[in-house]
Amino acid sequence: MDTRDAEPRRARPLRAALTLAVAAAVAVGTVALVHEIAEPRIEANERAQRIARLAAALGTAEYDNDLLGDVIFVQDTERLGTDDPVPIHRARLAGRPVAALIEAVAPGGYAGAIRLLVAVGADGRLLGVRVLAHNETPGLGDGIDERKSDWILGFAGRSLVDPAPGGWKVRKDGGEFDQFTGATVTPRAVIGAVEDALLYFDAHQQQIFALPPAAGSDGTKRQEP
Amino acid sequence: MSYNSPMTAADILRNGLDRSNPGLVQLLGLCPLLAVSTSFENALGLALATFAVLLTSNAIASLVGRWLLPEVRIAVFVLAIAGAVTSVQLAIAAWWPELHDALGIFLPLIVTNCLVLARAESFASRQPLGLALLDGAAMGLGFGLVLAALGAVREFLGHGLLLALLPPGAFILLGLMLALRNWRIQARAASSAAAESVITDRSLA
Repeated sequence: MDTRDAEPRRARPLRAALTLAVAAAVAVGTVALVHEIAEPRIEANERAQRIARLAAALGTAEYDNDLLGDVIFVQDTERLGTDDPVPIHRARLAGRPVAALIEAVAPGGYAGAIRLLVAVGADGRLLGVRVLAHNETPGLGDGIDERKSDWILGFAGRSLVDPAPGGWKVRKDGGEFDQFTGATVTPRAVIGAVEDALLYFDAHQQQIFALPPAAGSDGTKRQEP
Repeated sequence: MSYNSPMTAADILRNGLDRSNPGLVQLLGLCPLLAVSTSFENALGLALATFAVLLTSNAIASLVGRWLLPEVRIAVFVLAIAGAVTSVQLAIAAWWPELHDALGIFLPLIVTNCLVLARAESFASRQPLGLALLDGAAMGLGFGLVLAALGAVREFLGHGLLLALLPPGAFILLGLMLALRNWRIQARAASSAAAESVITDRSLA
């Protein structure tokens, strides 16, 4: 039998509560300390990862500015696929515009919206497109992910005149882009969203590069690039 | 074997690695075992994280367990485990960000791995620090070996056989590992029973 059972009955709940309070304080204190030590590194890792994603979409294009800091937020439901403000990062070399990195949304994916990063060069040609987030079917629609297939790399070098208007469709719809076996909806949604992003860029090019960076957004606190 | 009888270091090692192996005998922590074992590297990462948590939680349980009222003992252990897991997760996010991304939700979910609480409550809280640490290491190693083996097999087979990488493949392969272990034990039991009956016959003769 436990000797502690002999303790006066009224003291037990108090002792239990005190034990829990001390344990909680110690646990929270430890986690807070570890967090304090780890946080700067975690933030630096996230920054590096977001810069790497932006740089990957730019391909070989050279730039010398802070991609994360040089960002504006725009809103265009029709062309950018969402009601929410969309970040556009600007890449520049010696102050001259090199490319705009538009975080467009393809609303018509097979399993919800597909978030894209569309890199448009200052001459209106695509430097690259990457998928930031999607819920498409593994093995079918997820071919848009550059880790699964090269399909998304086929956008590099394209523009609004290549293919000509009307050609921005999958072959099945009479366009110039391949669909994948068993998945037409996903590529159709991505192609449409990329064309829309190009149309947006075409209509607002001056403004995209001229607007001052959004205040206080060096990007450190945002989750996605 | 009762946990209250004194255990030797050899007993503890044998329990963790074989007789009470968390992955193959106790079948604890199956969710991360099946979900993360798609590649050897991920499996090893989760194995190391679980190992670190087991060591920490067993040490804390051994140090404070005997001073706690039964009403709050498990609650305190859960707090300790949650603190240890969160600390490990933060450290991995800071120093091994790729591993952190690969393990995703299964890193914080180590909190819910019943193996960790089971070892703290049923073993470490009644044992001196040294044996509690050894038990954490043995159980962590036993779990990690199964995890790493499953990861290696699935990654190897996955190159030609997609099924091995899908969840059903994980269940089938773990089932095969269990079957192999049981078959080995039964074969050993059968042969020792046969040897015993020979001895009995001789003594009768």
